[in-house]
Amino acid sequence: MERKMLSQIPFLRKNKEQLITLAILIPLALLFLFPVLLVLYNSFKGSVYISNEPFALPDKESFVGVANYLVGLKQSGFFGALFRSFFITVSSVLLLALASSMCAWFLHRMGGRVSRILLGVLIIGMVVPFQMVMYTTTFITGKLGLASVYGMPLLYLAFGASLSVFILSGFVKGIPVAVEEAATIDGCGVVRMFFGVVMPLLTPALITVSVLNAMWIWNDYLLPYLVLGSDNRTIPVAIQLSMTGAYGSTNLGGLMAMLIFSMIPIVIFYLFSQKYIIDGVSQGAVKG
Amino acid sequence: MTRLWQRRFFPLFVLPTLLCYTLLFLVPLALGIYLSFCRFSTVDNATFVGFENYLKVFSSGDGFLRSMLFGLGFSILSVICVNLVALALALLLTRRVRGAGIFRSVFFMPNLIGGIVLGYVWNLLVNGILSNFGVDITYRASYGFLGLLTLNIWQLGGYMAVIYIAALLAVPKETLEASRIDGATPWQTLLFIKLPLILPSILICGFLTFTNAFKMFDQNLALTGGAPEGETMLPALNIFNTFYGRVGAQGIGQAKAVIFLIIVALFSSLQFIRRKEEEPLGKKNALANTLPAKK
Repeated sequence: MERKMLSQIPFLRKNKEQLITLAILIPLALLFLFPVLLVLYNSFKGSVYISNEPFALPDKESFVGVANYLVGLKQSGFFGALFRSFFITVSSVLLLALASSMCAWFLHRMGGRVSRILLGVLIIGMVVPFQMVMYTTTFITGKLGLASVYGMPLLYLAFGASLSVFILSGFVKGIPVAVEEAATIDGCGVVRMFFGVVMPLLTPALITVSVLNAMWIWNDYLLPYLVLGSDNRTIPVAIQLSMTGAYGSTNLGGLMAMLIFSMIPIVIFYLFSQKYIIDGVSQGAVKG
Repeated sequence: MTRLWQRRFFPLFVLPTLLCYTLLFLVPLALGIYLSFCRFSTVDNATFVGFENYLKVFSSGDGFLRSMLFGLGFSILSVICVNLVALALALLLTRRVRGAGIFRSVFFMPNLIGGIVLGYVWNLLVNGILSNFGVDITYRASYGFLGLLTLNIWQLGGYMAVIYIAALLAVPKETLEASRIDGATPWQTLLFIKLPLILPSILICGFLTFTNAFKMFDQNLALTGGAPEGETMLPALNIFNTFYGRVGAQGIGQAKAVIFLIIVALFSSLQFIRRKEEEPLGKKNALANTLPAKK
């Protein structure tokens, strides 16, 4: 009797619902976190303990402090990889944002058959799997002398332009032409129009596009592996090569540390740009 | 805006992107199609051989057909499992629970991490479990298959959930209210109101999951590497190995890539056709509909 009455008070009923939902969500969340947590706490254990008892928490015997991290940094030039990944990601993302927004805006304002054809041709990039062009792109990149860390931004522009131009096109269409006409009447040139009027209006879209591109490029394995090879490894390449390289048995502790190292920057990045990532995803844009 | 205006600034605004795209993507694409009809070990010594490579793809017995079937099975099961999990997560997270944002972040987190890293994270986990039985993931193909599937659910579940959450929040409050007044149970509301209304999103997520799974490479390479004996190889890894693991088989690899391209492109274009029928979804969904998975 009393219970029934209590449940009729909306506040308590709502609370009960919340509790049930939380009771499902919390274990689920822990389940989702577990694989990463597993790597995290294993990164403080000695290699033997990682392979023998991967699920055991570090204890007095197995705990090695930050030794794995020091090994990981030295192993296969990981420090250079970290730096290289940063450079390639940042410069590629900036180039993509600039070039593809200029391209998207200009083609839409230009109008006519040529621009429609060019936009159509740009879409092709979204349906072609990388395996189709990996051999020939690597070949031509070599011939053009672009097979270096400095050539990578151009490659990412080529492979990222489709999606970036496509997403930005949607936003360019949303900018009222009247704004630009008013600026033209006031004597604003094309270049100043783009950088002074259009780009500020495109900022939210540019951030969304850049965030998606950053996640793709930071994590990309195959393109840097094929173009830069093992001499100029990025982080994913360094991790893969350290597992398959001619080192004999792999240093598991070092691997754990490298995995954590590769995750930290992207998680920090996510904390700052969460809103834009979620926006990008719910618009259906897809990571690489 | 005058014609003169266009011509003068075209080189500045469009040419950089167009040039990179043409030289580093379109030309390789055309060259790749041509090379699939050639025998070669480097591009310079290619000799035209007609359909020889295509015939060899199916007669050489290096498991390409098997990898296609493996990929198909993997993709279909992924579509079902990933989307069931994602829908369940989305329904839980739209129940206006405290801290929903934090939970969403946790479920989404696997998507931030690259495929290679994910593969090794799961390698540790799966082998840790299997070592209790004295085996590892390369022991049997079904272990690798299940490992890849679990990884995919874990990775894409939170991603698709974000799309479903957006769709569920767009279901009109009045409709839900009306159904409640008419005495619909929660299950009835879900089956007859929510699900039909978010059907477009379900189809989008289905397509995205399928193409993502079918084109998967990094996770496959890091988790199983195709072991045992190439039985857990997805098409992308099979193509890669043909190119870089076998001498003189580049032509066959390129022919495989063309076949792979045709299948993937067919699937992606299905989405475009669907979009035309499904226009009145609001701009956001219409946009989402047109975007196939990259790579």
